[in-house]
Amino acid sequence: MIWQEEFECMSLDKLRDLQQKRLIELVKRVWDKVPFYKKLFNEKGVSPADIKSIDDIVKLPFTVKTDLRDNYPFGLFTCPVNEVNEIHASSGTTGKPTVVAYTKNDIKLWSVVMGRSIAMAGAQRGDIIQNAYGYGLFTGGLGVHYGALELGLPVLPMSSGNTQKQLQLMHDFNTTIITCTPSYALFMAEEAMDRGIDPRKSPLRIGILGAEPWSQQMRDKIEELWNITALDIYGLSEIIGPGVAQECPGKDGLHVFADHFYPEIIDPRTGDPVEEGEDGELVFTTLTKEALPLIRYRTGDITSITYDKCNACGRTLPRISKLKGRTDDMLIVRGINVFPSQIESVLLDIKGAQPHYQLVIDRKHSLDTLEVQVEVNEDIFSDEIKKLEDLQQHIQREIEAVLSLKVDVSLVEPRSLSRSMGKAKRVIDNRNI
Amino acid sequence: MKVQQLSIFLENKLGRLLETTEVLAQHDINIRAMSLAETKNFGIVRLIVENTSRACDLLRMHNFTVEITEVIAVEVNDTPGELARVLRTLHENELNVEYAYAFVERKQNKAVVIIRMDQIDRAIGVLKAEGIKTLTQQELYL
Repeated sequence: MIWQEEFECMSLDKLRDLQQKRLIELVKRVWDKVPFYKKLFNEKGVSPADIKSIDDIVKLPFTVKTDLRDNYPFGLFTCPVNEVNEIHASSGTTGKPTVVAYTKNDIKLWSVVMGRSIAMAGAQRGDIIQNAYGYGLFTGGLGVHYGALELGLPVLPMSSGNTQKQLQLMHDFNTTIITCTPSYALFMAEEAMDRGIDPRKSPLRIGILGAEPWSQQMRDKIEELWNITALDIYGLSEIIGPGVAQECPGKDGLHVFADHFYPEIIDPRTGDPVEEGEDGELVFTTLTKEALPLIRYRTGDITSITYDKCNACGRTLPRISKLKGRTDDMLIVRGINVFPSQIESVLLDIKGAQPHYQLVIDRKHSLDTLEVQVEVNEDIFSDEIKKLEDLQQHIQREIEAVLSLKVDVSLVEPRSLSRSMGKAKRVIDNRNI
Repeated sequence: MKVQQLSIFLENKLGRLLETTEVLAQHDINIRAMSLAETKNFGIVRLIVENTSRACDLLRMHNFTVEITEVIAVEVNDTPGELARVLRTLHENELNVEYAYAFVERKQNKAVVIIRMDQIDRAIGVLKAEGIKTLTQQELYL
């Protein structure tokens, strides 16, 4: 089902006209309402008068995650905080969360793009959605929820976890669409089998899976275990949350809702656009968002783009490839963004530092685990077991507070962590993704 | 008298205790007493050796985290009630034992108890007043 055919299948010329009109209006709006943008534009020597066509977008400066942090909490809003309708926040890199906000119209927009996503995955009247993305400050749960409301389909706001209840209600209510992280989809299948339930006999027929990177091999495994079509959804809370791009059952790239989120692929070193089909960093401009519009926001995600019409579904929306990596050292663990620098800053705050550390990410029973190995030097070593155990628990609590993620802390011997080229190798990712 | 002890951090990895003892063996350092404390995550091995600072340097050269700690070595007769007498003396003087381990001297029918605690000097004093002997590093190797 195509939820908004007039937009999702519009000719590229018409799409360009619409993007152009929206960009010109957006640039004026942020210039007038957000001092940060006026200053940023001035530094680049550009003003709203310079933006006459969509191609002029390359004259505009980029924005990055740090800009959100530097203007914490509400500095980038176009309106006073009491005029927004919903606020979300994710864990930040220096203890400060990244804050995003939605006006009533923004929530409507989010509902529409998420509605399009769920419909694109193949939802029809009669489907029941089991939403196992986390509800709360994380945008995953509510984003999918709004999409289900937009389509008028029944939705179970399960949130993540409580696998036994997930399996029970899936069976008892005959849910047909599961929305969760790909690793949780695998985990649930394994849990089901452990309980003697054959997941292939479940009523599920579609999985809308995202919030973390996953491979084609993982898709094959999920589809095999559940006997479903497993499709990738892309989003980030800075742009809107889930519902920025979505795969159709053709599985040939993710359709970007480019009438609202204007995509560019750039060379991350030079900032220049790359050729169509070439890999580069994905950049978005939110053309219609009200409370927190972003201009040329650098996602850090590496992908490529094509403007060819999709043979499978007929949509004309540009498609990005499945994500190929990151430009920075950001990790995604159980859907949560983790920067090694966050862990470093926690360790540096602990007396007797600067300890060396290493992050080991694994996927055990389909769930990601994050182990933080901390080298014990003579400054923090104690002959007394309880002092070392206190230290270990203290580090664990501090890291968990910053990341909102359960971690395991291990104390290891100094210089036992591998170094490469004289520099510590900080991250070992054992997940096959 | 006070005695020096080596405390060595061991991560939870196969063969690490063996490597510790091999470093000492290669350099002809004899281990007089040993105690291994372990947790789910890591271990600490405590050793009494003849040349503590040399052993410490060698182990550090082999990337071990090592600390020299002070303990007392109490010599008692290898007969029932002797250890209780030591502990009672400490208890009556409100001296707390952190940890302890012991070994037996067959030749002299004596036992030696290594005790780690706060206020070591005071402990040595109260034990002496009760006629309980604490050994020096050299006496441990007689």
